Amino acid sequence: MSDPTVADTRRLNSKPQDLTDAYGPPSNFLEIDVYDPQTVGVGRNRFTTYEVRMRTNLPIFKLKDSVVRRRYSDFEWLKNELERDSKIVVPPLPGKALKRQLPFRGDEGIFEEAFIEERRVGLEQFINRLAGHPLAQNERCLHMFLQDESIDRNYIPGKV
Amino acid sequence: MSFFSFGQSAEIDIVLNDAETRKKAEHKTEDGKKDNYFLFYDGETVSGKINVTLKNPGKRLEHQGIKIEFIGQIELYYDRGNHHEFVSLVKDLARPGELTQSQTFDFEFTHVEKPYESYTGQNVKLRYFLRATVSRRLNDISKEMEIVVHTLSTYPELNSSIKMEVGIEDCLHIEFEYNKSKYHLKDVIVGKIYFLLVRIKIRHMEIDIIKRETTGTGPNVYHENDTIAKYEIMDGAPVRGESIPIRLFLAGYEMTPTMRDINKKYSVRYYLNLVLIDEEERRYFKQQEITLWRKGDIMRKSMSHQAAIASQRFEGSSSAEKALAQAQAKEQEQ
Repeated sequence: MSDPTVADTRRLNSKPQDLTDAYGPPSNFLEIDVYDPQTVGVGRNRFTTYEVRMRTNLPIFKLKDSVVRRRYSDFEWLKNELERDSKIVVPPLPGKALKRQLPFRGDEGIFEEAFIEERRVGLEQFINRLAGHPLAQNERCLHMFLQDESIDRNYIPGKV
Repeated sequence: MSFFSFGQSAEIDIVLNDAETRKKAEHKTEDGKKDNYFLFYDGETVSGKINVTLKNPGKRLEHQGIKIEFIGQIELYYDRGNHHEFVSLVKDLARPGELTQSQTFDFEFTHVEKPYESYTGQNVKLRYFLRATVSRRLNDISKEMEIVVHTLSTYPELNSSIKMEVGIEDCLHIEFEYNKSKYHLKDVIVGKIYFLLVRIKIRHMEIDIIKRETTGTGPNVYHENDTIAKYEIMDGAPVRGESIPIRLFLAGYEMTPTMRDINKKYSVRYYLNLVLIDEEERRYFKQQEITLWRKGDIMRKSMSHQAAIASQRFEGSSSAEKALAQAQAKEQEQ
């Protein structure tokens, strides 16, 4: 009969871990890269697109490796869809830089290299944070943004 | 306090009979300071003397009666005017008359019921005190002496472990287990967290102890939550099949026993909050109530019991039985 005045602090029994689980790839692999900014169009109709590449082993995503091209306003569209339809607190996007779009600037405005790089980093942080959110992963708009060739703005919002 | 310098005044001093031997316990006051007070348990007799010392020797002190009260009361901070007294005993020490010299009066409150533990909380206070009063026409002279009451329990007969599987569909499944549901204040929480499915990027996991003080009834219920402890149990990313042990020593934290619906005025409950935090600072948590109880100091009892058992080895069964019976009789006396 164990002495009641001294507590038993031995560990509780647990199943030994399967070695394939211990040394296998983790089930939470999700990496999204935002890179290769390209400016398309001419004159006042120019805009910058970025390549968004997602690699994952999460079963909720249909494609385990996908590449799409997206521009800043696509990211804005995604943020608005999620703020409206889901209960999550959507992470912030890098700035809209309206000032940079005004004429008579000394520099290239929104096509300035340093600015594009700053924006690229912000967009990458944004999409990684968002795609890892369990509730965001249920939204049709996130899957369309990451894995469909183009965004159909007339889509029917809903859960996956 | 008398501002009239004419006439007589007196000082009252309350002294317990067992002041030398009775233990003191630390108790927090409302402003957070800790003080030592005499410790009493339910059923114990409160006896002592009050010394009434005349400030101007030679002059008489006229009074409308001298009494001593033993009071147990609950005070809700948002309703300060109303003290709810759940124990109120009074002993008259002197009928109206006059004191010509300083005098001492004996008092005894026999086997006083002290059903609840002394508690100083965020929104409510429960206290026990002696109040000696010399009643006078214009203003009474009184002195209070606060005591602390602890409620003791013994090891619960039923103390099942807590074991549950929780999670987010297709994202995170864990099974958590705590070895008991009722812990005493110096106990150890032994448990484990077993990961069944990990599709999120966990950075670390901690276990918090939350104290919830509930005051008020009906539509005016107010909960005050206070995180008493935060204890990291895992640093890094777990995978399926991993088991993380928990060993949390409660003695290091300032806690009270669980108090349920004390005199229908307030409750103090404790919860274990298991918190997982992912790479993006998102928090996933599961709260589970535990019952805390106060264990009596059994050191002396177990010593005599152990001495009786030890004597079995050397003297044979009949004298061991006698020694055991003697030890038991001693315990009953205490």
